Amino acid sequence: MDLDFSLVIPYLPLLVNGIILTIKFTVWSTIFGFTWGVLLSLIKISSFKPLALLGQFYTSFFRGTPLLVQLMLIYFATPQLVGYDISSLEAGVLAFGLNSAAYISESIRGGILSVDKGQREAAMALGVSEFRIMKDIILPQAFKNILPSLVNESIALLKDSSMVAIIGVGDTLRWAQQVQAKTFRAFEAFIVVALIYYVMVMVLTAIGSYLERRARVSD
Amino acid sequence: MIKIEKVSKKFKDLAVLKDISLEINKGEVIAIIGPSGSGKSTLLRCINLLEIPTSGKITINGVELLEKGTEVQKIRQNIGMVFQHFNLFPHMTVLKNMTYAPMVVHQISAEEAEKQAIALLERVGLQEKVHEYPSKLSGGQKQRVAIARALAMKPEILLFDEPTSALDPEMVKEVLEVIKSLAHTGITMVLVTHEMGFAREVADKICFLDEGRVAEIAPPQEFFSSPKSARAQQFLDKVL
Ligand SMILES: Nc1ncnc2c1ncn2[C@@H]1O[C@H](COP(=O)(O)OP(=O)(O)OP(=O)(O)O)[C@@H](O)[C@H]1O
Ligand SMILES: [Mg+2]
Repeated sequence: MDLDFSLVIPYLPLLVNGIILTIKFTVWSTIFGFTWGVLLSLIKISSFKPLALLGQFYTSFFRGTPLLVQLMLIYFATPQLVGYDISSLEAGVLAFGLNSAAYISESIRGGILSVDKGQREAAMALGVSEFRIMKDIILPQAFKNILPSLVNESIALLKDSSMVAIIGVGDTLRWAQQVQAKTFRAFEAFIVVALIYYVMVMVLTAIGSYLERRARVSD
Repeated sequence: MIKIEKVSKKFKDLAVLKDISLEINKGEVIAIIGPSGSGKSTLLRCINLLEIPTSGKITINGVELLEKGTEVQKIRQNIGMVFQHFNLFPHMTVLKNMTYAPMVVHQISAEEAEKQAIALLERVGLQEKVHEYPSKLSGGQKQRVAIARALAMKPEILLFDEPTSALDPEMVKEVLEVIKSLAHTGITMVLVTHEMGFAREVADKICFLDEGRVAEIAPPQEFFSSPKSARAQQFLDKVL
């Protein structure tokens, strides 16, 4: 087996673009998935039954179908359905955000239910409004309890983001495919990409443990 | 000031309060005692609507709580509550625990809220704990902070639900002393307790609950020396 990493050197500047795209993509999907996930978790614990059921159905649909199918569906069906020519990046963020919201909302729901009910009662007894109780008392404690699973979700998003290479987004993985096509060699480019994903995941893990340490100051 | 008329409460089919009537005057200290499961906590929690009575009428300062259109949050702002398990907010420091509600509910400034919080902490002897998190406090200290937190809203009424039941014996005294120092200072107090000696000492009236009914209401001397109802007699024989 002969390895020649110097072959990939001319393509490295392009790789930087790919990495930036992967990061951007992960950040946007996380923000979108998280925001929608919080709302969705509130919908699922709503005392208005039809709404709660709708939220549950949403979750079971997105958890019960492959992410790749969702991605394709959104990318190829949107132009046909609403006439909007969705870019591959937009389709990616949309699919990943909608999908991760389903998972995140489940964790958050569990986190909310794990907060001692005395917390809500104490705040109610002080005359605090429902909205502020949720925002200032319940959610911060819920997030603290589920921080590890939120970090894991973000890591999963980062890794799964490589799927968007399939619909042509020029991300990190896409770079390896292009290098392979030009140099007719697979190993060098893919091993570089694997390492880069690994480093990014390690960085996210480190950020996660930093956040957990900070959240634990009140313990 | 607090008027409870024919209040009943059911949880599904379980009748927990049956036709309770009780009047509490301004500045009075009333102790609610009775066997476990007799409905003491439920009755107390009806006063600030943490439980909604199934029927009956509760009036505070002339405002009917169960009437449509009553602003429950407004009512609660005037009623402090101290829980058996303290229920301090664990993600907030002692200071934040105390300034939070005055700031978001009464919308007073941070400086004012902090000044007032520190004064109250001094009153319960915990000024040096201002910046600690609740996890660093002993049970007795937590309960004193919880009392100070309730006072920070300047309520006219204070409800206590077994404030010393979750404490190690050596911490009971410090909490009871704080409660005692508040009694007869103008604030109306409703105290659910198993501390008979304390009830006798601070209460103006004893309300004895049995199986969801008020079995007896009497001044403490009278109640503890010669209870009228047989159930109260039995209860006292057991606990004293
Ligand atoms: N949320 C609830 N749902 C169903 N049943 C309840 C609920 N809260 C209380 N109960 C029941 O109502 C009865 C009275 O409860 P409550 O807590 O008022 O009694 P208590 O006099 O405070 O007792 P203890 O001295 O043990 O605190 C009990 O049988 C209890 O199981
Ligand atoms: Mg009780």
